[in-house]
Amino acid sequence: MVELALPKNSRPTAGKTWPKPQGATNFREFRIYRWNPDDGANPRIDTYFVDMDDCGPMVLDAMLYIKSKIDPTLTFRRSCREGICGSCAMNIDGTNTLACTMDLSAIKGAVKIYPLPHMPVIKDLVPDLTRFYAQHASIEPWLQTDTPQPEAEWKQSPEDRFKLDGLYECILCACCSTSCPSYWWNGDRYLGPAALLQAYRWLIDSRDESTGARLDNLEDPFRLYRCHTIMNCAKACPKGLNPAKAIAEIKNMMVQRQT
Amino acid sequence: MAEAKSRPVSPEARRPLSPHLQIYRPMLTMMMSIMHRITGIGLYLGTLLMAWWLIAAATDARAFATVSAVLGSIPGRLIMFGFTWALFHHMLGGIRHFIWDTGRGMDHPEREYLAQATLIGGILLTIVVWVAAYMAR
Repeated sequence: MVELALPKNSRPTAGKTWPKPQGATNFREFRIYRWNPDDGANPRIDTYFVDMDDCGPMVLDAMLYIKSKIDPTLTFRRSCREGICGSCAMNIDGTNTLACTMDLSAIKGAVKIYPLPHMPVIKDLVPDLTRFYAQHASIEPWLQTDTPQPEAEWKQSPEDRFKLDGLYECILCACCSTSCPSYWWNGDRYLGPAALLQAYRWLIDSRDESTGARLDNLEDPFRLYRCHTIMNCAKACPKGLNPAKAIAEIKNMMVQRQT
Repeated sequence: MAEAKSRPVSPEARRPLSPHLQIYRPMLTMMMSIMHRITGIGLYLGTLLMAWWLIAAATDARAFATVSAVLGSIPGRLIMFGFTWALFHHMLGGIRHFIWDTGRGMDHPEREYLAQATLIGGILLTIVVWVAAYMAR
């Protein structure tokens, strides 16, 4: 359902402004979404100042600075710090991206950080991704075959292998799905760009023999066809992939199998 | 039942919904999608005006004169101008979506060019039609 405003318990209030680090001159301002499940209050926006002479170039560097030197209660996910794990996906400067690959110098003014949009918040910048992962599982993201297993590996020509480029790189960070207004309004029934890009990755795999059943599973007014080509997904993807195009290709496959 | 009342709300139920439209940076293609919807609604209203005009034409000269006076007034012309724009904007948007449905023009920067072309094309076509209409008078 389209609900433009946030529920009452979700509207952020003005938060605390934390003191500037002592003895520093080169500051950068950060406004970060906070929500603590234990105090029963609404979310708030806290303001922090980071000493840029003592901080790395990426948004994640500044967040780690805040966590280790200003406020250890600031909660977020992070792991690889090089854009391959997808843990630090969040909304930075109005766009979903990875904190570890987002260059601070590319942002003007105060750096605004929110959790991935339209998701239940567990704490601060940590969203509940249970449904997102369940949607990925629902497209059965593994090789399915009927023919007897070959003695060695399932072979694939270089041409067929190239078809997986731009798809297999997806790290399931959820930046695309949570940037999509269709997913915001109908995330309970629409699979969203990430799961659909993954679905297409198996649909065009020359080794997979379940293409028909996979398409049957997607032939649904909501699961697939809630994509209205808004294109936020393609703009948000920190890996430069194009989920909107993958979805268009699935729609094409639906038409082609009718003829 | 008394126990049910005092039972604490589960942590899942108390979780806030993270901000979405309020904080997302407006993207051209996203704004064009919203405009496509709004102009689509505008077309319903414009079609009602068209129907009103046609019904009046089929009724009698007086009814037709009334509708002509309303639509010919300055506010009426502004509404008709907006209707013309909504028509062209929505039509070009439809063509853009048709191109995207073939899987073409979806990459950067083509998708931005297509969105810009829709926006500018809709305005230009509206102006051309109105200039032509006034010149033909």
